[in-house]
Amino acid sequence: MTHREGRALRLIVLFTVLAGFVLPIVAGLWETARAAFGILPAIGAGEWSLAPWRQLFGLPGFGTSVALTLWVGFGSTIISLLLASGLCALIHGRKWARARAGRVLAPFLAAPHAALAIGLAFLLSPSGWIARLLSPWATGWNLPPDIATVNDPMGFSLIIGLLIKEVPFLFLMMMTALTQIPAENHLRAGRALGYARGLVWIKIILPQIYPLIRLPVFVVLSFALSVVDMAIILGPSNPPTLAVAMTRWFYSADIGLLLPASAAALLQSVIVLLAIGVWLLAEGIATRIGRLWVRRGGRGMVSGPFLAVAGAVTGALMLAGALALASLLVWSFAWRWSFPGFLPESWSMQAWLRPGAGWGAAFAESFGIGLCATLISILIAIAWLEGEDRAGMRRVGWAEGLIYLPLLVPQVAFLYGLSVAMLGVGLGNGRATVIWGHVLFVFPYVMVALSDPWRALDRRMVGQAATLGAGPWRRLWAVKLPILLAPILVAAAIGFAVSVAQYLPTLFLGAGRIATLTTEAVTLSSGSDRRVVGVYAVLQAALPFASYLAAWWVPRMIYRDRAGLNGGRG
Amino acid sequence: MRLPLLAALAASIALPTFAADWSETVAAAKGQTVYWNAWGGDERTNDFIAWASGRLEAEYGVTIQQVKLSDTAEAVTRVVAEKAAGKDDGGSVDMIWINGANFLSMKEQGLLHGPFLGDLPNSKYLDLSDGSAALVDFTIPTEGYESPWRLAKFVLTYDSARVDQPPMSMASLLDWSKAHPGRFTHPAVSNFMGATFLKQALIELAPDPATLQSEATEASFSAATEPLWAWYDALRPTLWREGKTFPENESVLQQMLNDGEVDFAMAFDPAAAAAAVKRGLLPDTVRSYAPAAGSIGNISFVAIPYNAAHKEGAMVVANFLLDPATQAMAQNIEVLGSYSVLDPAKLDDAAKAAFAALPASPALPANEALGATLNEPHPSWMTRIAEEWARRYTE
Repeated sequence: MTHREGRALRLIVLFTVLAGFVLPIVAGLWETARAAFGILPAIGAGEWSLAPWRQLFGLPGFGTSVALTLWVGFGSTIISLLLASGLCALIHGRKWARARAGRVLAPFLAAPHAALAIGLAFLLSPSGWIARLLSPWATGWNLPPDIATVNDPMGFSLIIGLLIKEVPFLFLMMMTALTQIPAENHLRAGRALGYARGLVWIKIILPQIYPLIRLPVFVVLSFALSVVDMAIILGPSNPPTLAVAMTRWFYSADIGLLLPASAAALLQSVIVLLAIGVWLLAEGIATRIGRLWVRRGGRGMVSGPFLAVAGAVTGALMLAGALALASLLVWSFAWRWSFPGFLPESWSMQAWLRPGAGWGAAFAESFGIGLCATLISILIAIAWLEGEDRAGMRRVGWAEGLIYLPLLVPQVAFLYGLSVAMLGVGLGNGRATVIWGHVLFVFPYVMVALSDPWRALDRRMVGQAATLGAGPWRRLWAVKLPILLAPILVAAAIGFAVSVAQYLPTLFLGAGRIATLTTEAVTLSSGSDRRVVGVYAVLQAALPFASYLAAWWVPRMIYRDRAGLNGGRG
Repeated sequence: MRLPLLAALAASIALPTFAADWSETVAAAKGQTVYWNAWGGDERTNDFIAWASGRLEAEYGVTIQQVKLSDTAEAVTRVVAEKAAGKDDGGSVDMIWINGANFLSMKEQGLLHGPFLGDLPNSKYLDLSDGSAALVDFTIPTEGYESPWRLAKFVLTYDSARVDQPPMSMASLLDWSKAHPGRFTHPAVSNFMGATFLKQALIELAPDPATLQSEATEASFSAATEPLWAWYDALRPTLWREGKTFPENESVLQQMLNDGEVDFAMAFDPAAAAAAVKRGLLPDTVRSYAPAAGSIGNISFVAIPYNAAHKEGAMVVANFLLDPATQAMAQNIEVLGSYSVLDPAKLDDAAKAAFAALPASPALPANEALGATLNEPHPSWMTRIAEEWARRYTE
């Protein structure tokens, strides 16, 4: 009976995910593909043709854009993977360091890409905070030098921006994966055989956890290859990366560019697919080389310096991220702040005192959309996990792929097509559409965050409830959910942070009418008033932080007197 | 030619029927929210639109919801997407702040509602004579599909604390930039302002500027732009970051002037610098001026998409923008600082006094410093210049 009920629940969830997530992505890709091959009735294009592709390949800077995309995508992914592994190796087994690293890195996971990028753009620019700190006493600059730091043609500043977001993500993913293997025993055995601590980690533990973080790595790779908001703010501009160039073509005065833009969107998906393929090939090669290296049996006393470098670079990156966010706060209270002053000459509350000028409404919009998208995602995630429990089945590979699908397909590739498709079936572009668009990207993160704590739940509790006569629903309500309150709230906080940061889905599915903190911050970042941008970016970063704090604080308050329900931390 | 016809129509229509139609429009507009798609990069403009919304709500029960665009073409794309989906009414865009190429493209594809300018009572304050700047957008007759709302004129802004004698022509700008490498740049040419800078140079450098008033052909384009590219080839290596990268738009350029990264900014609004000083965004030593030979000027318009959900509301907004009181408010540098589009000869004494009483600022150029107003070239020139520039200088 339980099994049948489990099957019904699973079917409902499966249907929801297929109809709500997979179908729209496929429909969006289909519309994009049609336009890429010349079919877009709105502009009178109705004939299958390869002309959009010829036009795309002929656009100025196309080759450079693709090369930049690959360089930034692979570069940032490989470096983040190296840094995250190095950091894990460096601090694994040192309990206090692990806890501290988690606490230090989590805020960067929460900080929205756009806010971080806006802050970094100021921090790193030739007239930015670092230059102001050193000028004129150390540099002799009374005027900023003409050096390309931000928006540099090689995309270094964009890579730095991506690293600050991706290293913490991969690090925390690795930490989660570590709980699934007997890492401590291996570490002890390795140490006993005379291997350096870091090297045991790289030679024995990394190969075991890598398969567990492969999907997150692909998410990072796909994201880095197709990021738009961060690349607009930090990336090269002439030509930009393919994703930015495509967004520009979609919005060009020349409507004829919609066709090559669609072709570029399709190409973007192909690039991501091929990149994942290349990565898998490289994995195979690395495995062979790695095996030889492991067999040679070096005890690796020289691995220390590499790990130290990884630690130092990560530390510098996080410091830059923290300064970037701090500079936004300073700007939001500034009035006049010119080069080379380290702090503003005059201060003002002006930007904060006028919520009616826009940030009030944008704040409410971000908050409301985030709340709805998170609630819906949490509900579906709990239904999914409970369905697995009742059916007594482990998740199969394709289901895992299904969860990750929205994160693996580049947003730019299907969102324009999706907004056309939505209008086609008579669903207007409004707040509800945007919320649903956010769920598409919030749900996967919520699932990833909640799955492991859910599986780690002490089954004996549930078993006892069953012997006491509690049915499946009662076991869910009275036993599982209360015990899992803390991880559910953490998953919700992550989901909320993801929703607040969404740029393209809000822009495309909201027909530009839904103005959130993120869309406003990106729009204003191409304006002249850093003080106002500061307000938006500070609020944009504050929302996720507040939700993380709430996720930490609420269970402690509710379960003040129950150490067992407090994750054992109380 | 429908233009003289429209002008005649607007002038001769009997007032009573006109008023009756208009009162119906006003009645239908009551309670509507007009989604005005307007470039959102300028806080003053955003504030002005919010102010207008408050006034309209009190007077007509119409509110404006500004959809802040980073590029006007976003709104065009949206209407195209809606047309693609067969959404021929109830569209999401009610009104667009539009100009030039975007207007031409929407007009040619039948994406605009109208003609409606003649229906607006306040259009009587405009100069509706044949060929008037209020009826021509980048040489394209607007034929009543657009209503003017603000005047734009190209100016250069510099910091007088760092630059003594600003260059007054494109040739002397090249000399100045050679002497001060890395201290001048212009917005990306894919941006409206960057393209306008090149057009300004083109008008000065073209052997026969008159050819720019008609649609560009292969022959006329290469003949007219040859001196421009020669000049630009010399200028580019002296630009900020050797002309390899450019600020996204004029707001970013203005911020760079404030940061001291460059010594010049440019704007399509003579009061932009004065207003920025007032808001603490530029040092009070900045000054604006137009090149000696005059500068490009045009009028910014609002248009209504064919499928707009709130056409009546949009017309009430367009009419409100033409009200002399609104235009005087807009010209106030403490508010928007955008010059009036109305014909001074058609204003009554009270309206004239309101304009005369507006505050002044040292960063605001006197009328003499603004010089002659040069006509915008046909939109095809802007499109071609942007394409040719991208072809030549994108690596």
